[in-house]
Amino acid sequence: MFRPAIALVALASGIGPAMAWEPTRPIEIVVPFSPGGASDQMARTIQGIIQKNGFTKAPIVVVNKPAAAGAEAMMEIKGAEGDPQKLLTTSTGVFLTPMTTKLDLAWTDYTPVAMLAEDAFALWVNAGAPYQSAQDFVEAAKASGAPLKVGGTGSKREDQLIALGVNKAAGINTIYIPHTGGGQASTQLAGQHLDATTNNPAEEVANWRGGATRPLCVFSAEALPYTEKVTEDESWHDIPTCASQGLDVQYQMLRGIFLPGGVTSEQQAYYVDLFTKVSETDEWKEYLERSALLPEFRSGEDFVTYLQGEEEKHRAMLSDAGFLVQ
Amino acid sequence: MENIQALMQGFELALSMHNILYMILGVLLGIVVGVLPGLGGPNGVAILLPLTFGMDPTSAIILLSSIYWGALFGGAITSILFNIPGEAWSVATTFDGYPMAQQGRAGEALTAAFTASFIGAICGVLLITLVAPLVASFALRFGPAEFFAVYLLTFCSFIGMGRENRGKIGISLCIGFLLAAVGMDSISGDMRMTWGSGELMRGFDFLVVVIGLFGVSEILMTVEEGLEFKGKNARIQMTVVLKTWAQMPRHFVTLVRSCAVGMWMGVTPGGAIAASFMGYGLARRFSRNGPNFGKGEIEGVLAPETAAHAAGTSALLPMLSLGIPGSATAAVLLGGLMIWGLQPGPLLFVEQKDFVWGLIASMYLGNLAGLIIVLLTVPLFAAIMRVPFGMVAPLILMVCAIGAYTIANSIFDIWLMLGFGIVGYVFKKLDYPLAPMVLALVLGDRAEEAFRMAMLGSGGDVGVFAANGLVSTLIVFALTLLLWGPISDLMARLRGKVATE
Amino acid sequence: MTAMDSNEDFDEAVVRPAELDPEADVPGISRRTMEICISGLLVLLGALVLVDSYGIGAGWSEGLGPESGYFPSRVGWIFLALSVLVLVQAVRRPSDEVFVTVPQLLQVVRVLVPLAVYVALIAPLGIYVASALFIAGFMLIVGGSRWFTIAATATLLPLLAFWVFELQFQVPLPKGPLEMALGY
Repeated sequence: MFRPAIALVALASGIGPAMAWEPTRPIEIVVPFSPGGASDQMARTIQGIIQKNGFTKAPIVVVNKPAAAGAEAMMEIKGAEGDPQKLLTTSTGVFLTPMTTKLDLAWTDYTPVAMLAEDAFALWVNAGAPYQSAQDFVEAAKASGAPLKVGGTGSKREDQLIALGVNKAAGINTIYIPHTGGGQASTQLAGQHLDATTNNPAEEVANWRGGATRPLCVFSAEALPYTEKVTEDESWHDIPTCASQGLDVQYQMLRGIFLPGGVTSEQQAYYVDLFTKVSETDEWKEYLERSALLPEFRSGEDFVTYLQGEEEKHRAMLSDAGFLVQ
Repeated sequence: MENIQALMQGFELALSMHNILYMILGVLLGIVVGVLPGLGGPNGVAILLPLTFGMDPTSAIILLSSIYWGALFGGAITSILFNIPGEAWSVATTFDGYPMAQQGRAGEALTAAFTASFIGAICGVLLITLVAPLVASFALRFGPAEFFAVYLLTFCSFIGMGRENRGKIGISLCIGFLLAAVGMDSISGDMRMTWGSGELMRGFDFLVVVIGLFGVSEILMTVEEGLEFKGKNARIQMTVVLKTWAQMPRHFVTLVRSCAVGMWMGVTPGGAIAASFMGYGLARRFSRNGPNFGKGEIEGVLAPETAAHAAGTSALLPMLSLGIPGSATAAVLLGGLMIWGLQPGPLLFVEQKDFVWGLIASMYLGNLAGLIIVLLTVPLFAAIMRVPFGMVAPLILMVCAIGAYTIANSIFDIWLMLGFGIVGYVFKKLDYPLAPMVLALVLGDRAEEAFRMAMLGSGGDVGVFAANGLVSTLIVFALTLLLWGPISDLMARLRGKVATE
Repeated sequence: MTAMDSNEDFDEAVVRPAELDPEADVPGISRRTMEICISGLLVLLGALVLVDSYGIGAGWSEGLGPESGYFPSRVGWIFLALSVLVLVQAVRRPSDEVFVTVPQLLQVVRVLVPLAVYVALIAPLGIYVASALFIAGFMLIVGGSRWFTIAATATLLPLLAFWVFELQFQVPLPKGPLEMALGY
């Protein structure tokens, strides 16, 4: 487990003092999803924090490029090589998009700045469903005549990989139904048009609190750290891990910031410092807790090593699923 | 009655001096955002969202929702004056609003549009005030099959009535569906009809196509007949407002029908765009003035505007009570709620009473403020028609170009806009109707997605479209509307035969 | 891309409004020719759609339900059939009306050419400078304005747009060397 403090030490001893570059024109944060989604909220929270605390003199602008499941934004940032005023917020899509489409993209086209958090996934069911544990769900899926319907966001992306992982691990056959957003999937689950979703905590929390849906287990190695009550008697921490219930599927998604390729190391260092400051604010911590995001700050070499590991992991998963194009 | 009491407290909260100022500021900003194509409600709200982080949530939401009302009002202005819809839901307003402006009745059309918007919005707010929890749970009954049925209903209520060549109506509809399909397919992730182009991967944005087809082509049509605008002799007096109001009671049935359509489409997340088309289509079909639609009929402005606003307002209901946004702007507001630490969802009404009722009260007041502000601007906007063509035309084209660019920050889209301008010019002259293309473009991919999700879930069983009372009623209703033309023709012919014999 | 057509091209095309009489029986492109061209083009488009749709699969897949070409291929067939129908109608049509007369076409070209030049200039010059040039050019071509009106309009409108979009709403629009030099 990595701790933010180490990053700070690394920063202070290494690239910290060499900082000379500063942005002069407005900084654009390009969000590869539509306004209102989880990525957009993160970008706008960061924008708010930076402006409120005056971390930079240059204004910050958020630009949404939601088309083609984020590929458009990646193409744009790839085209902006050497432009240190453009940032890309990204998720695991930074590997998935290049690997599942024929587009000429790779995460190495970009300069990694920092990983800000990891997002967990959980198995959610309708509150009225009979299943009390992941095992109940698996048995119901085995017994059911028609395959159960599992909803998630997008096609050939995180949610579908998890759904396929569940099928493989439990030896069941569910159908994955792609939605345009986690909120949509959550509503469909609340209306019993789906049997389960693989949503992120933030996407499902409204319906969980409202008593329409509930989580069976999280696809993480450990239970989530937040112990404050979310519903009347449960906190995020109370949700068991799927592995502990005999469903050995683990998946977490990175949320991070990239610069275009070809920027100088001073420019990169400037942003590493900026996002380190952001990640230390109380507003940021509140945002993480509200969205049940895991505080995993990484930058520099550590982030690159992490990315390389994740890339291999995703290549194997996609190849298993038959989604690999490149 | 508890609701009414809570609402009164809400009014007290919303009527404080600084909240009224925020409301006026919001409406003004919203009008600007709505007038400029491409800036749009969602962007306007998203851009201002970070500025509100330091404010208390009630004031913040009053400011932001007032932008939303302003944008709803503002979208009608350019639709009527220049045939350029600032927002997707004002496309249907151009069908009769623009011909009215050409006839020198811009003031009347604007007043009608604004008043209709206000009536629609108030219907929507009344719905939220009175039956919020009850209606909200109805939205949950909508699965993919039901969504498909709603879109089918919209198509059926709109097409099948044109006087144009049936083959050309069909072609126009098909082009719309095909344009909607270009780009990345959301269900499989495949690229469709992009021919390897990175720009086409994004697909054709509705607004880019519409700005070209309607706005740019209109300028080309205008210059063909000499370098000036028609209808520039518009009389501009405040009395036009009163005169238009005097006509309103005559169109009572249309207003009520559009309100009903709009509220229903807003709650079942069919949205304001579908509502405006459906409102227009139904009015054309069932109004005595139906044959005059498209030639500058005031009902053709009232119907879509009322429906769009009733829907746009009711769309906030599922957002507040279920946490599902009924529209793109609602989605941004939803993000805002979470950033302010409010959790939208069934508990919001219980946990954040002040906030919710303050918001609802501001909906009444914001719309009223909006109506007054926009009505005052009627002479101002109508006066634009008097500015020399040589000055206004490049301004319109510049605004079109900026609008096309801002949608996806792409210069390629400006070229597309120009291309669609030429297509629109040629199609208009050859009597290919443009409205079916636009409708299919805006709803085609959603209808297709709903259809495929329903089929995927049912394992290919078409029976899913008759699986329950709701979906089968919708489908039957849609087919009836589709066949209404031939059926009523047949009945008229039979009756005619009986009469002559 | 730079300016596709120089100003000389449309100087020739200039026809003063006074010389224009849309009612006059001036030869132009016939409506029949235009109908045939457009429906022919649509037939071609329909064929392209079908090629693409069947290329990505237009049937049923186990994991995904209807494949991504399922819907476009069906619409494509209807589209093709209707286009052929309209093409046949167009061929049979007697050549009666005039689609556009030559003076009308010249009028349209007078707007279309500057517009195309404008769009072409946005990338190299940025939208504000290109707009200023476009407004000035357009007003000159249309005529009827005094030089200072033209100069004022061409300067003030882009400045206003800059103020609204860049400064107030913080929407970044394409910028060129001038804005770069001024530090934006």
